[in-house]
Amino acid sequence: MTKSFFAFVVLAAAALPHSAHADDAKAGQELALDRAKGNCLACHTIKGGDAPSSVGRELVGMKRRFPNRADLVEILTDEPMRNSIAPMPPFGRNHILTRAEIEKIVDFLYTL
Amino acid sequence: MVYRNANGETRMIKSSCPGRWALARTVVCALLLAAAPAKAADKTDPETDRKALQAFFFAKFPKVDKAEFGNGPYAVNEEMRKQWTDIMQFPPYEIALDEGHAEWDKPFANGKHYADCFDNKGEGIRQTYPRFIAETGQVETLEGAINRCRVENGEKPLDPMTGLMASLAAVMSESSRGKPFAIAIPDDPRALAAYDRGKEFFYSRKGQLGVSCASCHMSPAGERMRGDILAPALGILAAMPIYRSDWGSMGTSIRRISTCSSQTRAVPLKADDEDYRDVEYFLSYMSNGIPVVGPGTRP
Repeated sequence: MTKSFFAFVVLAAAALPHSAHADDAKAGQELALDRAKGNCLACHTIKGGDAPSSVGRELVGMKRRFPNRADLVEILTDEPMRNSIAPMPPFGRNHILTRAEIEKIVDFLYTL
Repeated sequence: MVYRNANGETRMIKSSCPGRWALARTVVCALLLAAAPAKAADKTDPETDRKALQAFFFAKFPKVDKAEFGNGPYAVNEEMRKQWTDIMQFPPYEIALDEGHAEWDKPFANGKHYADCFDNKGEGIRQTYPRFIAETGQVETLEGAINRCRVENGEKPLDPMTGLMASLAAVMSESSRGKPFAIAIPDDPRALAAYDRGKEFFYSRKGQLGVSCASCHMSPAGERMRGDILAPALGILAAMPIYRSDWGSMGTSIRRISTCSSQTRAVPLKADDEDYRDVEYFLSYMSNGIPVVGPGTRP
């Protein structure tokens, strides 16, 4: 019973339309650009974004640079814990972004 | 566990001392971390700090003349400098200077003048503020001294952030242009404690954004933040007071520092809060040797 239910969930997840991921990436983009949320453009350059910034590195080739998704989640959650002199705010720890919002932003970053 | 480096920046030791190495190596690592940095952090040595901070910026901007650091973004960015040259054909602080001179010359109700409150009649002394005042055991800013002068002569204190106060500070800065900052930290434990508090304030992460003053004004100085260029910490108060386009008006050092607090999503302190006076003391001491260029202008 449990086994078949599990199988059903897996199958259902696999059957989800491909656009669910794309929707998350789109929501992530909005969060990334929102000045009250990620506000990534304050410090980073993103292709297509206005007024490029150079405090942090350009957000490009993210999948190649961060093949391990958990690394990006960790950086967005609490970069000062990894590198105490990094200017990047601890978005997760200081409740600027929720975990769900961070996941969506990572989906967006992986499109760059 | 956290320690401070020579610039007072905090560093975690977790990543620099991996535990999976051989025992001997771990012990050596722990000893090094426990001994050397702790020594540097425990002793208050403003002059060593100042030399380290200035060496950092002179190395970072080798082409920038020492006398230029007070011009902040205009000193370190060509494009900004061009815009500034245009703006300076009609300096936006001129109106404040006119207002300031008129007020400076006007006697108080008791017949005395601002000039009577200051050394050298208040001329060419801006580079010596903030000062440590032995009687109170506290740091007094230029604006604090102007307000004390008013109160001691029976006048009401002014808003220390803007308006007439900024105009008076502009007058005192103008007569001090070209004079290198010469902040004194007397050999008094209260003065050294004030310096330490200011240094700690500068390097401590604050606000919801969890960034420190240093997060923007040390390593990232000169970098672009949207349309702005981050000013180096060195000389950062030398152009004060400033006409800031973003404000559409004049502001003193404290107005700028208070705005920085808001920008980190911290609740700004009161304008005369000890922490603000102390961070101004620290920053001004760091700029000893850098000439006053105020009043100034910023985007």
